[in-house]
Amino acid sequence: MQNVIDTANHIVAYAAKAARVQVIAAYPITPQTSIVERIAELVESGELNAEYIRVESEHSAMSACMGAAAGGVRTFTATSSHGLVLMHEALHWASGSRLPIVMPVVNRALGPGWNIWADFTDSMSQRDTGWIQFYCAENQEVFDTIIQVYKLCENERVLLPAMVCLEGFILSHTYMPVEIPDQEKIDDFLPPYKPKWFLDVNKPISHANIVSPEWYMEFRYMIQEAMENAKQLIPEIDKEYGKYFGFEHGGLIDKYKCEDADLILLTMGTIGSEAKIAVDNLRKEGLKVGTARVRVFRPFPREEIRKLAENAQMFAVIDRGISFGMEGFLAEETKASLSNQKDQPLIAGFIAGLGGRDVTFKTIEKIAKKSSEWMRAGKVGKETVWVDLRK
Amino acid sequence: MMESIKELSKEEYLLKGHIACAGCGLTISLRLLFKALGNKLVMVVPACCTSVIPGPYPYTSFAVPVQNIIFEATGATASGVVAAFRQRGIKDVPVVGWAGDGGTFDIGIQALSGAAERETNFIYICYDNEAYGNTGIQRSGATPYGAWTTTTPTGKKERKKDMPFIMAAHRIPYIATACPSYPMDFINKIRKAKEIKGTKFIHILAPCPTGWRYDTSKTVEIGRLAVQTGMWALFEIEYGKFKLNSPSDRLIDKAKRKPVKEYLSLQGRFRKLTEDDIEKIQRWVDEDWERYRKLALNQYV
Repeated sequence: MQNVIDTANHIVAYAAKAARVQVIAAYPITPQTSIVERIAELVESGELNAEYIRVESEHSAMSACMGAAAGGVRTFTATSSHGLVLMHEALHWASGSRLPIVMPVVNRALGPGWNIWADFTDSMSQRDTGWIQFYCAENQEVFDTIIQVYKLCENERVLLPAMVCLEGFILSHTYMPVEIPDQEKIDDFLPPYKPKWFLDVNKPISHANIVSPEWYMEFRYMIQEAMENAKQLIPEIDKEYGKYFGFEHGGLIDKYKCEDADLILLTMGTIGSEAKIAVDNLRKEGLKVGTARVRVFRPFPREEIRKLAENAQMFAVIDRGISFGMEGFLAEETKASLSNQKDQPLIAGFIAGLGGRDVTFKTIEKIAKKSSEWMRAGKVGKETVWVDLRK
Repeated sequence: MMESIKELSKEEYLLKGHIACAGCGLTISLRLLFKALGNKLVMVVPACCTSVIPGPYPYTSFAVPVQNIIFEATGATASGVVAAFRQRGIKDVPVVGWAGDGGTFDIGIQALSGAAERETNFIYICYDNEAYGNTGIQRSGATPYGAWTTTTPTGKKERKKDMPFIMAAHRIPYIATACPSYPMDFINKIRKAKEIKGTKFIHILAPCPTGWRYDTSKTVEIGRLAVQTGMWALFEIEYGKFKLNSPSDRLIDKAKRKPVKEYLSLQGRFRKLTEDDIEKIQRWVDEDWERYRKLALNQYV
């Protein structure tokens, strides 16, 4: 085991090395760049035995990854913001092709105006592409999730690609201590990739060819089934990882002091870490509050949300992104998960931290206090609140 | 070098039951590709006529592995397959990108340019039927001046891109033009490309009766006329050296070339050309050949 203090972006590169990825195809974009730079150093120094394709766009990055994965190797890329959105078409093709590509996404706002800071709209707007999506709260989780996700995606019951999302600068450029396990132990947890099929001249197949209306729905259904399988496997793999290496991250949802909580703050990413501080502070003031950080957004942990709703009186959902014309992404999914359920809690949505605006534990305490007022009144004052919006 | 067509294998890897149009020039080209390389190749095919021709799942008429991919991605996806095979130590399987003119001249030019600049070891074949054939004959960057398409109902007003020379500017080791009307030349070029390391670009003129508006029995004849009039020149650019191939190498003298009118007048897509238009096209062809003449003399591009 090795203790390092480094940025999440460098940790991503070390995780790719630890996962023994065989082909990397990537294009630089702020704030993802230090991932591809560190990977270039690892490849050129010989520390990582991989082919590194320095493509001419993100669209080509994903297209090259698909070729490599169809060639039968473990494949990696990383991107952010506009790069991810440029990939959109290829993202659909990768999941439809059932290729287990893993892609860290350094979450960043979309322009205009140009903004390089944290925002979930980039990856959230790709939620319907058939990709599994993880959101991380700290650098150790970034490392662990990348290793876990290869095991998940390459499982024959899943065979889908996955994004491992981490917020730009808040994680990507922040130094934190991380334990990197011994390589032999990682190899034991994550054995070499054995593809179910590849572009083999001895067993020729036409992959991803035309599918008529007679068969198309069945292929789509299999993707939905694979997502449901992933929902089962994610907590199991997280637990197994914990046994191997001592770190668990809550499976689908990382819950904190939710058991007796009347008010639950639903969060994603680093806002989840800040929310824990807020919960501790508010508990000292006598507020029965907890927080649940949604770690996996696709497949969405509908059942866990329902379980949380059983004892809570209110959910305050904090979103670092918005689906324009509706509301925050997590708020939407939370409400959808609770439809047809008896005794639903009150739900208020809070839009916070867009384009990298700070969301500290103090911001979250304010959100919790406003929510708790509404909870006592038995009525939500506003469906969606824009937190700290300038007048 | 193959000296006689009789040396060709009788094995067919383009199987019966494909759904190409009658007289399809690209399908003849596909058959020749498989005759040239056998079945030990991997194809990367974007959205184009060739993604339809093998027929829908669960059938295919291709007896070789195919990765179908999004329209603009051929160069990039082929790069991925090449990288994967290198990692796996698979050395003797050529990766062939096989794309139409839309996927090469227009939407896919970026990925192709990137793959060529990265010196990706693969063969990129553009079968050029001079329009978006699969979507019903819309104009592309490869459609020639004056040609009718559904999006140029009064004839295209602009000239065709000079794609082989765009590729030559990438300094790749091998560029060739071909036409299925000259099968020996076609097969020898593909076999030669297989032996060269780096990016190889082969540009095929694939006559299309559906889009060009001529009788389906005339595909081979139209291809021959394209070459005999000089509208299509058979050449190679090998490590920067330009060389005309037979029979184009005998056509440097204008008197040896048939007038372009003989090629144009057989095709309904050129029906609305005026005499002025035809003169203009003839002048452009003659200018191209003056360039080929100089290139052939200087032996470099």
